[in-house]
Amino acid sequence: MADRFPPGTRVRTRTGDPDGHTRLPRYARGAVGTVVERAGTHPLADERARGRATDPRGVYHVRFPAAALFGAGDHSVVVELWEDYLHEADPEEVPS
Amino acid sequence: MSGDHASSTISAQVRHVESLLESRGLLDPGEIDTRIDEFLAGGTPANGARIAARAWTDPGFTDRLLTDANTAIREVGLSMAGGLQEQRLKVVANTPDEHHVVVCTLCSCYPIALLGPSPTWYKSEAYRSRVVRDPRGVLREFGLELPDDIAITVWDASAESRYMVLPRRPKGTDALTEPELTALVTRKGLIGTAAV
Repeated sequence: MADRFPPGTRVRTRTGDPDGHTRLPRYARGAVGTVVERAGTHPLADERARGRATDPRGVYHVRFPAAALFGAGDHSVVVELWEDYLHEADPEEVPS
Repeated sequence: MSGDHASSTISAQVRHVESLLESRGLLDPGEIDTRIDEFLAGGTPANGARIAARAWTDPGFTDRLLTDANTAIREVGLSMAGGLQEQRLKVVANTPDEHHVVVCTLCSCYPIALLGPSPTWYKSEAYRSRVVRDPRGVLREFGLELPDDIAITVWDASAESRYMVLPRRPKGTDALTEPELTALVTRKGLIGTAAV
């Protein structure tokens, strides 16, 4: 399966707040980060939790500067995210 | 975030589903408890400690561990395949410049096979919500004061991988054997809330 977001890709997370189970933590919504590596392929937990059929798809370790998540902090947070939660960031979007 | 499930309706629902499965012959009475017991019986922080000690004494093993942990840990007789499916393991190594710490902000995902059942504080909302925002402050409360020039990376187990920190080898341990090194490694060290 092709790697949709190779390491180094800058991605922005989805902003929506879906009903029911999701694995995109609230604090990481709408933020720009950088893909570290792919963390395998897995059925989307959101769909599985609703009892729906779901195919495995890419999951990624995405590194966010704390400032991009919380507006403060000098550390990084790596969040593990399904590709459904991600789109490529616009070129001018730089992790702050 | 979800809180304590022990007395919630979900426990009653799980028991109900279990009894339905048993009444339809899909599950032997007590089978789930037996399987959980079997799974937990092999899970102890001594497993993670053995991995760390091997990594400290064998640079080739360290490389393999950081590249493909699931394959590497088989070299020391361990596996992430003890549950219903093999879980992906990601090992992150502390260095003089970077310190790693593990959390699950969504629930309490944790590598039970390598670390045993998780400590109570790991599942607490205080740890889960605070360590992503202020890891330096939380680590200080654990007694781990990190210099400002050491970068901190927090790993949130928000999907299917499980994480283990490879602590730095303590100074002055050159003469120790691998079993002696194993005895130095603590569960907190493997989560990242202590140095070793």
